[in-house]
Amino acid sequence: MFPYEKYTRRQRLPHIWCAGCGCGIILKAVLRAVNRSGFDRNKIVFVSGIGCSSRTPGYMDFDTLHTTHGRALAFAAGIKLARPDLKVVIITGDGDACAIGGNHFIHAARRNLDLTVILYNNRIYGMTGGQSSPTTPYGDKATTAPYGSIEPDLDVCRIAAAAGAVFVARSTCYHATQLDKLILRAMNKKGFSLIEVLSPCPTYYAHPNRLGTSLDLLIGYKQNSIAIEKARRSDPSALKDKIITGIIHETERPEFSEEYHKLQQRLDEDRRLR
Amino acid sequence: MNRNTPNLKLMSGNEACAEAAIAAGMRFFAGYPITPSTEIAELLARRLPRVNGVFIQMEDEIASMASVIGASLTGVKSMTATSGPGFSLMQENIGFAIMAEIPCVVVNVQRGGPSTGLPTNPAQGDVMQARWGTHGDHQSIVVAPGTVNQVFEWTIKAFNFAEYYRTPVTILLDEIVSHINEKTIVPDPSNLEIINRRYTTRTPGEYIAYQNNSRLIPEFADFGRGYRYHVTGLSHDEYGLPSNHPETVDRLIRRLNDKIEANRQKIVEIRSEYTEDAETYVIAYGSTARSARFAVKAYRAKGKKVGFIQPLVLWPFPGMEIAELTRNARHIIVPEMNLGQIAPEIECACARPVIKVNRVDGRMITPEDILARL
Repeated sequence: MFPYEKYTRRQRLPHIWCAGCGCGIILKAVLRAVNRSGFDRNKIVFVSGIGCSSRTPGYMDFDTLHTTHGRALAFAAGIKLARPDLKVVIITGDGDACAIGGNHFIHAARRNLDLTVILYNNRIYGMTGGQSSPTTPYGDKATTAPYGSIEPDLDVCRIAAAAGAVFVARSTCYHATQLDKLILRAMNKKGFSLIEVLSPCPTYYAHPNRLGTSLDLLIGYKQNSIAIEKARRSDPSALKDKIITGIIHETERPEFSEEYHKLQQRLDEDRRLR
Repeated sequence: MNRNTPNLKLMSGNEACAEAAIAAGMRFFAGYPITPSTEIAELLARRLPRVNGVFIQMEDEIASMASVIGASLTGVKSMTATSGPGFSLMQENIGFAIMAEIPCVVVNVQRGGPSTGLPTNPAQGDVMQARWGTHGDHQSIVVAPGTVNQVFEWTIKAFNFAEYYRTPVTILLDEIVSHINEKTIVPDPSNLEIINRRYTTRTPGEYIAYQNNSRLIPEFADFGRGYRYHVTGLSHDEYGLPSNHPETVDRLIRRLNDKIEANRQKIVEIRSEYTEDAETYVIAYGSTARSARFAVKAYRAKGKKVGFIQPLVLWPFPGMEIAELTRNARHIIVPEMNLGQIAPEIECACARPVIKVNRVDGRMITPEDILARL
């Protein structure tokens, strides 16, 4: 049994999440990844926004910052630029990162600041009681889409890759053992990395949409997922409604805090030469 | 003063603000372009990378304020600068900095409003927003210099207040004082009084992030130094962990208010001249104080008994100090580039009506505007 207690604030338990929520599965995967990473736990900062996902850092025994709705990446940018030696991990959700925080998400990826984003996608606003989010599938019901959503949903992995992220992966709460490996890969990648994790919300997503229990959602993740390697060989029509998992995009680009440091050094040399 | 004194410089208010911030030890600036504050960002974009500091142009003012708070959590003195529309966008995160007690400085160069208003013209319409812009019960520290020399001096003091009280401090400038170029005394760095936040002397295991003490201001620990504590905008207990326990919440909100209120007298400052026999007072702040002082001097030259008061700190409001000075006055005149935001505060403090002189046409209040009422 993995010693999760080593990394949690026990006095904070029990947690506030519903029975069947995926947040705990992801929390445990993050802790396993941190443990394997070898990073000094005193030099890892977890930053979150607002929502069910963003309550995660409160249970973790690290330096943890629970910010305003959508702004975790902007707070994280300040930490990373002021202390480039810190590993900064952002815990966010689909509403937090894709709706209210969409602008910060795009620009953090564009700058390629060394930040690792773990995005819990439960396709709904859970904390406020089940309103539609940018990732609510077309036709699905929410309290603010009582007749079914008439908006198309967002593929945040494509946004991240297009904006300049160097590592983009997707997994689900069913693939818990794959998840910690992907988180570890992302933390070890210099630059902006994203892991989107499909996460079950039995209370506000499954129930109103008659999708069964949390277990039914997890089985759905298993049945509907397709590894990226296989997806690349498949006919695009076969990928409709499939969850493509694995490392979707990986590349190399100059990292922002290193670029800034280089600028400082260049100015320093100019001054000494003069 | 000798014109050849080496520390005399011709500077604009925006330049003085940027230079004073660096002199105060500010090493992180995040901002977004907006008239009439942009020169502060432009100057710091040139200066900060040369003094081992960080400049970043963020994607908007919300992000600017957020990254300033993030940087300050690592122990770096941090600042942003903006104007009315950007100041509106920053309000939520200013509230976060109040709640989480993160030191930072926000410069608001006021322009005509509401909305986009008059981007290139002066106004003093943000006095109440600087006090109450963010939601919830809270205190605000707001300084309002009126000359370039005062901008330099009060930028340093703004950082001192922010660091000492662990709270955001607003420097309320206006388009006139930001863009005017004046002879400015740049103090020798060794002569500056610089106050830094107080760090805990406890070990990480003993540290309680928001533990109260006799100063009402918790001791700070940088992120990334092994203290491993939680920071949230939610109501929280002394460990920084979320709580909606009525007693815990009540204690927190009252302490956040009391830490400023109990130190009100150490924070407020007014400048006064010609007060000994004055029968009429002109009370003005920011660039309007320049016209007010000119009008008072001109009227004094005619032998009239008129005095001048300039509150340099607007919030907490120096009401008691003003009431004391004006106790025997027959008239109080309050010129402002708004429809009367500080005048009611003075009326309340002095328990008497004042004569308001207001302009909201994007033009400064001239000495003639004030003289017409004397």
